Amino acid sequence: MNTPITDGPVVVAYAPDKFGRAALDHGVALARRDGVPLIIVNDTRGDAYVDKRFAGDEELATLERELSADGLTVSVRHDLVQDVAEAVVAVADAEAASLVVVGVRRRTAVGKALLGSVAQRVILDARCPVLAVKPD
Amino acid sequence: MDLLLDGFATALTPENLLFATLGVLLGTAVGVLPGIGPAMALALLLPVTYSVGPDSAIIMFAGIYYGGMYGGSTTSILLNTPGESSSVITAIEGNKMAKAGRAAQALATAAIGSFVAGTIATVLLWVLVPRVADIVVQLGAPSYFAIMLLAFFAVTMVLGSSKLRGFISLFLGLAIAMIGTQTGQARLTFDQPLLADGIDIVVVAVAIFAIGEALWVAAHLRRKPLEIIPVGQPWMSRSDWRRSWKPWLRGTAYGFPFGALPAGGAEVPTFLSYATEKKLSKHPEEFGKGAIEGVAGPEAANNASAAGTLLPLLTLGLPTTATAAVMLSAFEGYGIQPGPQLLDAEPGLVWGLLASLVIANALLLLINLPMAPLWAKLLRVPRPQLYAGILFFACLGAYTVNFQAFDLGLLLALGLLGLAMRRFALPVLPLIVAVILGPRLELQLTEALTISQGDVSTLWSEPVAIIVYALMALLAFVMGVGALRRRATETIIASRATESESDVEHESDVEQKESHR
Repeated sequence: MNTPITDGPVVVAYAPDKFGRAALDHGVALARRDGVPLIIVNDTRGDAYVDKRFAGDEELATLERELSADGLTVSVRHDLVQDVAEAVVAVADAEAASLVVVGVRRRTAVGKALLGSVAQRVILDARCPVLAVKPD
Repeated sequence: MDLLLDGFATALTPENLLFATLGVLLGTAVGVLPGIGPAMALALLLPVTYSVGPDSAIIMFAGIYYGGMYGGSTTSILLNTPGESSSVITAIEGNKMAKAGRAAQALATAAIGSFVAGTIATVLLWVLVPRVADIVVQLGAPSYFAIMLLAFFAVTMVLGSSKLRGFISLFLGLAIAMIGTQTGQARLTFDQPLLADGIDIVVVAVAIFAIGEALWVAAHLRRKPLEIIPVGQPWMSRSDWRRSWKPWLRGTAYGFPFGALPAGGAEVPTFLSYATEKKLSKHPEEFGKGAIEGVAGPEAANNASAAGTLLPLLTLGLPTTATAAVMLSAFEGYGIQPGPQLLDAEPGLVWGLLASLVIANALLLLINLPMAPLWAKLLRVPRPQLYAGILFFACLGAYTVNFQAFDLGLLLALGLLGLAMRRFALPVLPLIVAVILGPRLELQLTEALTISQGDVSTLWSEPVAIIVYALMALLAFVMGVGALRRRATETIIASRATESESDVEHESDVEQKESHR
């Protein structure tokens, strides 16, 4: 895997499912290896009563606590935003991130026709390298 | 009995079964979604009455009404957000149960309790509707006038937190009802020929329920998503059954009479049922932490009250909830006058409806018990898409009334009124009841005065009318005393504590919920 060129933080686009988990695992490993901070982004548009990709406050607090226990600098972004992909890219820009990690999921033909993809837009729009990971 | 069997024959035709199924599915869906209720669904579906027979349409509407009561509990339990105002109480214990890992049992006791209550209440309707209709058929115009006044008074004064807001809403409704030339002279038409026939009830109902709600949601589009509690197949253990069946029956006993009263609605009986179960429970320590009795009782009460509402609707033509009010306008759309003559004039329709209620109840149990987790998925629909669909159907519905673009302008104007009412926490129910009952109130008054040749004293010439007026005076007196007493205690509390400002915010929250009724 590429060594990040700058020493900016690693940004992980997280969701409480296996795709977000895979992204997080890779992001944590890379941040530890390079000794850079980790930023976990878990945003939502907040336009439905329930968003299954929006993690609970408690879950994120536990994650933050566990990961920072052994010296990793972790911060969490857990906000209501206009557009999730845009928000991930904006965090990466603002923090001069060295790398963005996203989980990519299989999409059906109908899904592609109807829905956009956060991962795809992050990959295309980010100004730093993006690592796309799949769950095992 | 023969009539009831005929009713089942009507309700069991493939076509009507299809409409009943459609009704309960739609009803559950709108019940699950907070902010969208059976009243809005019925308002949006009123144009259906142009192309579908009266029995099918009414059977579907009843299915939606019952379905809404079932669906509301799912959201209350899993999300702690009542899908319906009638499920507010369910959320108290239901969500606690879900958080303690007993969501499946809470959903099961809600669904089975609703079924039990709905079935008992429907049987009560079979017994009571013909008997009550026999009694009320003897009432004259003065008594009718008095009973309608009582209904206005009750929906305005008894429900809702603020009497002033209730009356503002009532008079707004009466003003809208006055528009037109039905009485021979033009009132509030502003020389506008398109207003000569008055504003169609479809336009008013769709605007207030659908457009008002959509604009309100658009103003609060982004909110932090709520944490939903995952749940499997609803089921109950033996001890859950043992603890549930008595609350079901007591809830039914509260719900039916309150639904049948002119000041009906499901809020009061669900609250009373909750308070009773809390008092009678053998596990009082569990209340506040997820007691199954606190779900079983109120859920039975709200379904029984939905059935109870049909008693005054079918016998007196008197709606006691917003949903019943819209149903009444559906009857009128067919040129059917609900009232004492309804049972004689349209026995097939009434008994078909009464029979279909049992079928709707059974269907609801079938689709709700195994599929509750599936219904909860509806909550993931993004609001922009959902409300875009509602706005589309709202405009379509309003336009098809007269095929006049003018009606769309009215729709928007009244929709803004609906938004303002939500913003200022005005209850919707008095307005919609006033719009629908206003013209009929006037009709009864004119009829009474014509018979008496203008002598006003005819209005209190019938014993029933006198009793009703006495009841209203008593109600006003009790509430006046209550308000004074509350004000007195408030003054004392206020002088003791000055840091109670957080209460104010809470109160406005409650009012907002109520305005969604």
